[in-house]
Amino acid sequence: MVAPAASAPVETPAPSERKFTFTWPWVFLLIAGAIVLLAMLRVITSADDVASSGTLRAAIRAAMPIALAGLGGLWSERAGVVNIGLEGMLIMGTFGAGYAGYQWGMWAGVVFALAFGALAGLLHAIATVGFGVDHIVSGVAINVIALGAAQYLADIAFTGKPGGGPTQSPPVEPLPTFDIPGLADAAKDIEDKDWFFVSDLAAIVGGFATRLSLLTVLGLALFVLTYWVLWRTTFGLRIRSCGESPTAAETLGVNVYRYKYVAVIISGACAGVGGAFLVEDATVYRDGQTGGRGYIGLAAMIFGNWRPGGLLAGAGLFGFTDALRLRSGGESIHALLLLIGVLLALMAIWLFYRRSRFQAISSLVIGLGLIVLYLTTDEIPGDFTGMTPYLTTLLVLALASQRLRMPKADGMRYRRGQAG
Amino acid sequence: MRVDLRQLGLTAAAPLLAIVFAIVVTTAILLAAGDPVGAVWETIFSVPKPRNMVNIINSGSVLYLSALAAAVGFRMNLFNIGVDGQYRIAAFVAAWVAGEAWLPGVLNVMLAIFVAMCVGAMWAGIAGLLRVTRGVSEVISTIMLNAIATALVAYMLRKVAVGGSNNITTTPIPESSRLKGFDLIPGATNTVYTMALLAVLAGVFYWLLLGRTRFGFSLRATGQSESAAVAAGISVGRMTVYAMLISGAIAGLIGMPLLFGSSYSYGVTFQPGLGFAGIAVALLGRNHPVGIAFGALLFAFLNEQANPLQIRAGVSDEIVNIIQGVIVLSVVIAYEVVRRVNTAAEQRKVAQQLAEGKVLASTSEGVS
Repeated sequence: MVAPAASAPVETPAPSERKFTFTWPWVFLLIAGAIVLLAMLRVITSADDVASSGTLRAAIRAAMPIALAGLGGLWSERAGVVNIGLEGMLIMGTFGAGYAGYQWGMWAGVVFALAFGALAGLLHAIATVGFGVDHIVSGVAINVIALGAAQYLADIAFTGKPGGGPTQSPPVEPLPTFDIPGLADAAKDIEDKDWFFVSDLAAIVGGFATRLSLLTVLGLALFVLTYWVLWRTTFGLRIRSCGESPTAAETLGVNVYRYKYVAVIISGACAGVGGAFLVEDATVYRDGQTGGRGYIGLAAMIFGNWRPGGLLAGAGLFGFTDALRLRSGGESIHALLLLIGVLLALMAIWLFYRRSRFQAISSLVIGLGLIVLYLTTDEIPGDFTGMTPYLTTLLVLALASQRLRMPKADGMRYRRGQAG
Repeated sequence: MRVDLRQLGLTAAAPLLAIVFAIVVTTAILLAAGDPVGAVWETIFSVPKPRNMVNIINSGSVLYLSALAAAVGFRMNLFNIGVDGQYRIAAFVAAWVAGEAWLPGVLNVMLAIFVAMCVGAMWAGIAGLLRVTRGVSEVISTIMLNAIATALVAYMLRKVAVGGSNNITTTPIPESSRLKGFDLIPGATNTVYTMALLAVLAGVFYWLLLGRTRFGFSLRATGQSESAAVAAGISVGRMTVYAMLISGAIAGLIGMPLLFGSSYSYGVTFQPGLGFAGIAVALLGRNHPVGIAFGALLFAFLNEQANPLQIRAGVSDEIVNIIQGVIVLSVVIAYEVVRRVNTAAEQRKVAQQLAEGKVLASTSEGVS
């Protein structure tokens, strides 16, 4: 059982290039760059919805459930427990939100969603931490159980209720939305001016500032809170130490079991709140409402390198492409083809300069293919727009995932007293 | 020898314990929800009619194939969650090829099977290649490929579809290529899929490949310790791609019994979700070809018996999902508990022998 320690020296040495770290100036520069790209894309292709406040609002709505599921994944994987059961926890959350939401209002729904998600998290913790069951096995089982439980309970709870049925809850009143005073109107004015870059920036600010749901604020607050707790407190340091090296944590007197339990339960609670988002958005609980978003949250978390900021970016990317599809479908996605095509072509030049010839050529071929596709067609058929978010995630991961580093003891079984 | 027997008994006890535990949990849920407990178990554990027996064997064979596909990956620590997408895209292409009927009769069937395996392998191979060349986790890439497959199939189906506006399908397979099936169960009006044989063949293939070949050894070695595999000269990257290809090829077979035995075309109503059920069955059967067979039959039995629940007991048949999930979870917990009990027993035995001075005394005397 000393395999992890023994295998450490085998690892390949770090690449000699300077280590790149994301500092705040870099983050702002990247965001600005992304806005410039979108602005250019909007002007060149005249697909106005590529950067409009409406698209951004839709993007936030699409991104939040995924982001919160990913946040759940972050908590548990930082403590060393792989959580493929996020989908099930999200399902439990949707049922909780629907059940309490239609009777006692959306806030009660959020509380129930949190509690139901946490319950599923507890089950995962008992299985993986308490009994040392393989994390994937437990996660898959939780997905099966949660799906069955939600559908079974929905049949009992909602049949015969006004507006409800065996597979759907009665309508839930969503939380009130509000405009940030001053900012919302100003942003709207500037957006309408149609200035290059400035208007696009204003559209994004406006998208945030107008008709903001309280639940979105809560969700974003959870992200800030998570970052603060995990990276700025002793409690968080101990949780992360359980994910990196539980035996080392144990020698320092950390009760690894307890920290893992807490982390996995919080993980379920976060995913549960994500379920509440889905219910608020649809104003009902519906069977199959999650549509695999738990898995996508997991992907967003891996995309974000097991960090809250990156996870938010991943969920945002997914939400954005999803929103584009929903709002003007074919046209916007068609415009996106040009962007991705050009980016891939630029990437190919960079790769060629770095002497990775095979990758350069494959990037170039795909990039040129997309540009040709853009020039020869006017719109993307409906079914293809549906796969854009997934294709984008896959593409981004394929280009970026070699820089990722997961917590060292993630997914490994830990027993007390292993450290000999 | 006495200890070995006990160990064997304990190992066999684990799945039984798990089933009993699942029944207890489900009963508790039924009681809490105020549903008729007696009626539910009476329905589920009634003796299936011949017609239902055939259904159980049929859906069991499909589940078996699905579980085998997942198990190949599991044996080398690859989590192919994309079996779902692989079987749907493979079944669609095979249905289209078979519907076009370029070859007569049985040859057409052969061609369709071959095509399905190739397409499934290709779709899974993407994930394998991405993992080896770009380091993308196969869990994520196969999830994405599932969604992409769904969209792609929907698009292509509309391109090649025949039939009305609501239930569009591929061109039905010609009569000459349809398989009648076997009258295995006396008194049943329906027949066991001919393609159930495919499940048996795949099981034998799986057992031979993993247990009796050098390739299978390499695969299992890679799964158990990657560093040891590298030290033994096994190319982990190549094994990853091969494992995904094999897993995908088996996944391609999942739709075949349905296609040639009952639906004869691929449409929007083609049975979904088999890939995920297969993962659960593979875990239940501990990736062993015989264990998986029991698991598949158990799941198929529960599914079939739960069908009339709504009518006979007024209970939603989704309860069967809870039973299945709890079985999967509690079976692994039971194995873990059994393992711990065994270890503790062994430790006690050794300690006892030491205390009696059997082993240690003789050696220490010898040394001094």
